[in-house]
Amino acid sequence: MNNLVLIVVLLMMLALVYQIGLVRSRKVAITTSGSKVRLHSRPVYHGVLLAIWTVVPAALIYAIWNFLQPGIIESMVVAQLPPEALAGTDNDLRILLRRITNLSTGFGLTDEALPYELTAAAYMQQLRVTGQTFMFALIASIAAAALVFNWKRIQPELRARNHVERVVRFLLIACSTVAILTTVGIVLSMFGEAMRFFSFVSPMDFFFGTTWNPRFSTIGASGQTGFGMLPLLWGTLMIALIALAIAVPVGLMAAIYLAEYAPSKVRSVAKPVIEVLAGIPTIVYGFFALITVGPFLSTFGATLGLDIRATSALTAGVVMGIMIIPFISSLSDDIITQVPKAMRDGSLGLGATKSETIRKVVLPAALPGIVGAILLAASRAIGETMIVVLAAGNSPVLTANPFDAVSTMTVTIVNQLTGDLDFASPQSLVAFALGLTLFVITLCLNVVALVIVRKYREQYE
Amino acid sequence: MEQPTMGAMQMTFDDKKESKPASGAIKMSARDVKVFYGDAEAIHGVNMDLYENEVVAFIGPSGCGKSTFLRCFNRMNDTIDIARVTGEILLDGQDIHDKKLDVVQLRAQVGMVFQKPNPFPKSIYENIAYGPRLHGLVDNKSDLDEIVETSLQRAGLWKEVKDRLDSPGTGLSGGQQQRLCIARAIAVSPEVILMDEPCSALDPIATSIIEELIDELKGSFTIAIVTHNMQQAARVSDKTAFFHLGDLVEINATREIFTNPQDSRTEDYITGRFG
Amino acid sequence: MNMEASNTESTSLPDQTDLAKKRDLMQQRVSRSLKRRHNQETRFKLMGMAAVGTALAFVLLLFVTILSKGLPAFWQAHISLEIYFDEEIIQIDEKPVRMVNESEAAFNQRMLAWQTQLGFVNFNRIILDAISKEIPEARDYQRDAMRLVTSGERFGLRNMVQEDPSIIGTSQRLWLLADANVDVWMKGNINRELGDAQQQLSARTRDWVDELEAKGVLKNRFSTALFMNPDSRSSLASAGLAGAFVGSLMMMLIVMFLAVPIGVASAIYLEEFAPKNKLTDLIEVNINNLAAVPSIVFGLLGASVFILWFKMPLSAPIVGGLVLTLMTLPTVIIATRSTLKAIPPSIRSAALGIGASKVQAVFHHVLPLAIPGILTGSILGIAQALGETAPLLLIGMSSFVASVPGTPFEQSTALPVQIYLWQGNELRNFFEARTSAAIIVLLALMISLNAVAIWLRKHFETRW
Repeated sequence: MNNLVLIVVLLMMLALVYQIGLVRSRKVAITTSGSKVRLHSRPVYHGVLLAIWTVVPAALIYAIWNFLQPGIIESMVVAQLPPEALAGTDNDLRILLRRITNLSTGFGLTDEALPYELTAAAYMQQLRVTGQTFMFALIASIAAAALVFNWKRIQPELRARNHVERVVRFLLIACSTVAILTTVGIVLSMFGEAMRFFSFVSPMDFFFGTTWNPRFSTIGASGQTGFGMLPLLWGTLMIALIALAIAVPVGLMAAIYLAEYAPSKVRSVAKPVIEVLAGIPTIVYGFFALITVGPFLSTFGATLGLDIRATSALTAGVVMGIMIIPFISSLSDDIITQVPKAMRDGSLGLGATKSETIRKVVLPAALPGIVGAILLAASRAIGETMIVVLAAGNSPVLTANPFDAVSTMTVTIVNQLTGDLDFASPQSLVAFALGLTLFVITLCLNVVALVIVRKYREQYE
Repeated sequence: MEQPTMGAMQMTFDDKKESKPASGAIKMSARDVKVFYGDAEAIHGVNMDLYENEVVAFIGPSGCGKSTFLRCFNRMNDTIDIARVTGEILLDGQDIHDKKLDVVQLRAQVGMVFQKPNPFPKSIYENIAYGPRLHGLVDNKSDLDEIVETSLQRAGLWKEVKDRLDSPGTGLSGGQQQRLCIARAIAVSPEVILMDEPCSALDPIATSIIEELIDELKGSFTIAIVTHNMQQAARVSDKTAFFHLGDLVEINATREIFTNPQDSRTEDYITGRFG
Repeated sequence: MNMEASNTESTSLPDQTDLAKKRDLMQQRVSRSLKRRHNQETRFKLMGMAAVGTALAFVLLLFVTILSKGLPAFWQAHISLEIYFDEEIIQIDEKPVRMVNESEAAFNQRMLAWQTQLGFVNFNRIILDAISKEIPEARDYQRDAMRLVTSGERFGLRNMVQEDPSIIGTSQRLWLLADANVDVWMKGNINRELGDAQQQLSARTRDWVDELEAKGVLKNRFSTALFMNPDSRSSLASAGLAGAFVGSLMMMLIVMFLAVPIGVASAIYLEEFAPKNKLTDLIEVNINNLAAVPSIVFGLLGASVFILWFKMPLSAPIVGGLVLTLMTLPTVIIATRSTLKAIPPSIRSAALGIGASKVQAVFHHVLPLAIPGILTGSILGIAQALGETAPLLLIGMSSFVASVPGTPFEQSTALPVQIYLWQGNELRNFFEARTSAAIIVLLALMISLNAVAIWLRKHFETRW
């Protein structure tokens, strides 16, 4: 509520300052003799510039003050607490401070407050009021000073527009660094945590170990075992391969049919419907795998005399395959339609049938693009989480049998990092090592795929 | 390209052609052919005969329907969803729209060369071998080698590429690519070759080579060529057909058309008043 | 000069009769191959149709499964009871009113004390009394009787009294939520033939349920609990999506107010202002990659940067919102850039030509034209973020939260996470349907977002 009022007041002041700039610039445009001078920038820019210069310093102070104030007040309150109140542990002190804060903000306690708590609360309240007052006074005076100083600078020749545009450009640049910072953040954080993990477990054991069985017993001790990632990597690859084995033929043939054969009516309906599959959240696929596909495969296997578990690499792979059908089909569709018509005409003109043209001319020409699409889909499959969490069975063993339960890297990341977040133990930190491996694998696939697709596009542009 | 005025235009006619009359047999004929794009009629009932071992050039301002009409002869208009062809087109007296005649077979008999050279992204060898393989024309590798060699020879490309048959066809120069496409078309031994502005994407030297080639090929094939270049029509063709707004205005011996046009539109076009 | 001359090569032309013979031979071969090739063509086409059919069948199967499982869960077993707010049982002081001169803290303390007192009232007795009006022998079998109404309803009654203490001493007929197992039994989601040992409800309760259903006292009514309540573990029948919904909404707002402006701004910079050099190339590659980085990696980023380094609270929508923002950013950037790219340079030249600055040209002329495309891309990005689960699990959102968050800093879950939590609930017979219902809600939200995006694209996008 208080903040809302503050925002409204600030906005009003901003508008006011803007108006002041506007009016001032119009005034300076008229010289003492009454003739008009040409302003370098239109009044709007003077208004905006003035508003910027008034608000930026004030906002900076506001942010810094609010960042520092609670800490300072807390230490001042603690400093005047009676010694008996400080006797307890850190935790007791934290509880005490929360009680005092609750009292001082008028939230109230469920039991009786001690006398020194009441005094401390009153003191805290008083400090806060003084602090706020000081802050507003400071902000107001700084803003006023900035206003006056910049008001005086408004002259016909002031290049206000250029200044404003420089600020705009700066903001744009700042925004575009966010994406880079994200990548840097991903790499640094994962790398840092993964390094901490490797101080417990040697990279050799991690990357080439064949058993995954981290025990939660000897925390912090050296010689951790059971951190071999190969079973997880194998599970990941097996599921991704099953998924591709389903999605590539179906997706590719669907794309070919829709691009080359389907009447435009069929195409205009079927294409968006298939693309609906891409928009469905993966948790929904996971649930679908769990209640429909898994039991179906299991009973189906039983009729064939096969022992298929309801949650298995096959279940997860099949459902993931369904998920990536639209990736393959829509990317392939784009790529196939990019193959120039002249190429098709050349083949048809020689008397080739449509399917011969597609198989022998269009597909070979589109091959690089399709390979790129498949790589992108593979990277998607490898990084997919929720389907495998629900449907892969979570059994981290090296098995070549797709009817068995397996586990993947993403499943393990989720398992190791849900529940207690204890960032000191290798059991949690291993998630970052796995994450880093996953990141590197998908990054390589993506880069290769993007380069191939880009080359392909350029070829026909 | 600017159309030269009559004065600047120097028509060169090949006098050999005059001495050798057309062999007489009608290879293909079109009767009241109309083409519709959706509801719009693009060709309004054209009649024409193509004679064996004769070159017919189709000229006319762009958008006059000459390419569309050319594409009727091997039903390439089938590949355009909205295009519809009515009327009768006969190949050796047989209707090409007849159910009994397969479009695959038709196109094997009536080959086509396109405006832009469009070699497949395969090796030179594979480009030529594509058609014979499709149609099952050969049983063994040595027969195929022979077809590739003779086709390239007849297209005048053999000497230039015989040492690099495995390199991609797309790596050739524009003129070579177009000759590769011609070689690809003749590899299936068609009876008619349709050429849709085969030189429009080529430089003058490559163009002159293709023109010479057309002259050579006429001994074995019936050729119809669309061109926007009147000098080219004059140089290569025995007969010239002038199209305007979807109508066949005039068809006659090339020299007649250029020296003594019957229709005022033809005259306006060849003298450069429009087009 | 004329190296390509070809006259010499064509001397070996076959003569006409040879040619005709050869042609006949070839035509025969072509005819012979036709049948095989047409069969091949048909097969290929059928394969294509089969593939499209398979994909469509999967869509259909998915939706049919979810709808058939989930739709019944929107109607839930309710029991109609005559509730008498017995003043004998509800013995509490008057509700405190703030006095003049009283400090806020003191008043709040008195209020808390009153609420604690109310908390000690045994509302189960009130419910039991009401049940025994329908089933006289219920008093003798209290345990069996209390299995009819879900345990959370006693808090519902308490809240009614807390809102308005004047109802004490009156009575009113209310539809209370029946227990989850009653719902399962009524809908036949458990095999009725199973023996007592495998049934969740005792034989007596089951008979009562059938009896009350025949009387119309037990009925499937539209489940407002599903939408109005937060999650619950003690009273499964009253578990609802309100907390998850609000949590998701908060995160979507954060994504909207952060990812969209930042994404659009960086797209504008990269497309319109940035010099084309190695660095911007790198940024471009970087953004394309970021769009393809697995979502779980963003979860790891959130766990280590926001939670471990910045000490932000676990399972808070603010952290989830930030993580999803980073995840959505590349989508928004790529969509905006492709929209900007599609706007012809002539428009920029026109603006620059009459003396506008670059910034003016972009903001006055290019950007307004790009708005439909930007909106479409942003909505699609937000829809994608709405369905994302994995990164949220890593920032603690998989924990059970039984309240609706008031601020983005409080514990919360999100719709997809709620689905994840519910599908794992042990009472499968009840939660399979409820999970499907939650999925229907989520999909409905996403489909409406997508529909808006498609509508925008259809109606406002200009093709250049």
